[in-house]
Amino acid sequence: MHVILYQLRKFFNMVRTEVLVLPSRIVVAVFFLVLLLLPLLTSDPYLLRILILTSIFAIFAASWDLLSGFTGQMNFGHALFFGVGAYGAAILNKSLGIPPIGSIPLGALAAVLAGLVIGIPCLRLRGTYLALTTLAFPIILMGLVFAFPSFTGGELGISGLDRIVRSRAANYYIIVSTMLVLVTVIWKITDSNVGIIFHAIREDEVAVRAAGINTTRYKLLAFCLSGFFAGIAGGLYAHFMRIAGPSTLEVSMSFQVVIWSVFGGIVSIWGPVGAVFILFPLLEFFRLWPELRMLLFAIVIMLILLYMPQGLLPWIRDRIENECPRCKIRNVATRTNCRVCDAEMH
Amino acid sequence: MIADIIINSLINGSTYAMLAIGFSLIFGVARIVNIAHTAFYMVAAYCIYVGSYKLGLHPAVGMLGGVVVATLLGLITYKIFIDPIREHEAAVLIGTIALAMALQEVMLIVFTGDYLSVPSLVSGYFTMLGVKIFYQHLVTFITVLLILVVLRAFLTKTRLGLAIRCTAQDREVANLMGMNESQVALITVGISLALAGFTGAAIAPLTTVSPFMWLHPLIMMMAVVVLGGLGSIKGSFVAAYLLGFAEALVVFLVPMGAFLKGSVALSIMILVLLIRPEGLFGVAFEEER
Repeated sequence: MHVILYQLRKFFNMVRTEVLVLPSRIVVAVFFLVLLLLPLLTSDPYLLRILILTSIFAIFAASWDLLSGFTGQMNFGHALFFGVGAYGAAILNKSLGIPPIGSIPLGALAAVLAGLVIGIPCLRLRGTYLALTTLAFPIILMGLVFAFPSFTGGELGISGLDRIVRSRAANYYIIVSTMLVLVTVIWKITDSNVGIIFHAIREDEVAVRAAGINTTRYKLLAFCLSGFFAGIAGGLYAHFMRIAGPSTLEVSMSFQVVIWSVFGGIVSIWGPVGAVFILFPLLEFFRLWPELRMLLFAIVIMLILLYMPQGLLPWIRDRIENECPRCKIRNVATRTNCRVCDAEMH
Repeated sequence: MIADIIINSLINGSTYAMLAIGFSLIFGVARIVNIAHTAFYMVAAYCIYVGSYKLGLHPAVGMLGGVVVATLLGLITYKIFIDPIREHEAAVLIGTIALAMALQEVMLIVFTGDYLSVPSLVSGYFTMLGVKIFYQHLVTFITVLLILVVLRAFLTKTRLGLAIRCTAQDREVANLMGMNESQVALITVGISLALAGFTGAAIAPLTTVSPFMWLHPLIMMMAVVVLGGLGSIKGSFVAAYLLGFAEALVVFLVPMGAFLKGSVALSIMILVLLIRPEGLFGVAFEEER
């Protein structure tokens, strides 16, 4: 009993001193809570459907940020991983009868293989060369999909996959909690030693190599990790929509993930995730004017970037929080003294 | 068959060469990866359609109008949307993607998604070695070659061309030597968008015009630029005809070729890059830090 009380007290203390002091952390906590509690308040299937798709694309965007944001390997063909994950899961489910719980991770492993296959030729390229070359891979795969319709379903794709579970709410909980877990894992990876090496490769690859780190291995690791998470997103998408079609490999899919991530602010993981949760429902909202939908979307993006070229979320964060000039710890913008070292905040 | 392959590859190759040279000019001088490049090519193609069908002008006038409209539109959007955020590479990138999407949607709203056709500049054909060759093909091909020769002369012989090449090599030093870097960038954007517009105008009579016509050339253009080596005009030229030829060959000789043409051309690009990471004629740059 005492132990439980002690742990509870410790938890509340932690919340009070670490979470409630910073608005960005409060927002993240509220975000988690709202997502997990929402089905208790509403069971509107349309709303749940949008949130499920948003969660799937949030994993996808975060995985792009891990590879292209943190490691700096600009990938314009990220749809490849999504498509391989989706098609892998679909083929395993349809022809071998593997249930979703097995087919999604196996599909993601196929995406890891795809990451290795495109990672190896791309290791020698950098910057713009890399970005333009990676654009080619999903298109090559799409050509193959069309060329072998007996195996891949051609233009129509593979349809009639198993549902993950029957009810909409259960689907919602499975996918949203997978999203929350995976995004946290990605964020933890970027925070670990490996993540620091990724970040260093982005800043200056030559210096990292000079420090005795095998950058080739780490870049391949980044490709594989990113491929794995994007593949899971693809598998979830295929099983939720119950179809894996060539639209998962389209150029617009690759561009979409770049738009989401840059809009939300790269090199942060929470930026792309937040951006998907803003932009995807926004695109649904624009369905009120169906012809103008994509145009409005494009204009919103151009205008916001014009004023916040760093991305929307980092811009907002810099408005509500300041960094202490002495100890580099973040504080609410309203404080006059740092909450840790008590230094004057300008 | 063989004649078809040759004609097709020459026409496609010319398109890709013009687009790729414009794209690598912008990239070299202004360091902008301009995804919207082929969107302006689409705009010019629509201008001819409007000029010749809606306004009843001669196609040549429409062609000229298309080039002017595409260039002006490009310069205005560059000034408003791209120039203020040029320091932020990622933002510029999705700025141009969003721009391309916006242009596509505008065309979709104004002209709907129908496939439209455009009258050819000159009608008729002649027979050579038993093969029908349309005058339009000939005109397109010759004008493309002419433009490329003029462009090369401009870049190597004039002072402005020299300034453009200098800025592409090293922006800061060019600036220190008294070249107005932002003005050079503006002029380059104008030139390369005029090239894109001209390509659209020249190719429109040979294909159908639709709001999605920019996607395939965009991918091929990027493949050409990478294969030839970024910033190398000669490289873009050779690579464009190489990929154009590969595409035509696949379309005519392989079953299901129309689906595989992009795949094969792009696979060639990747195979070459495995051997020469800097492209066919590219120079391995010292890494910018």
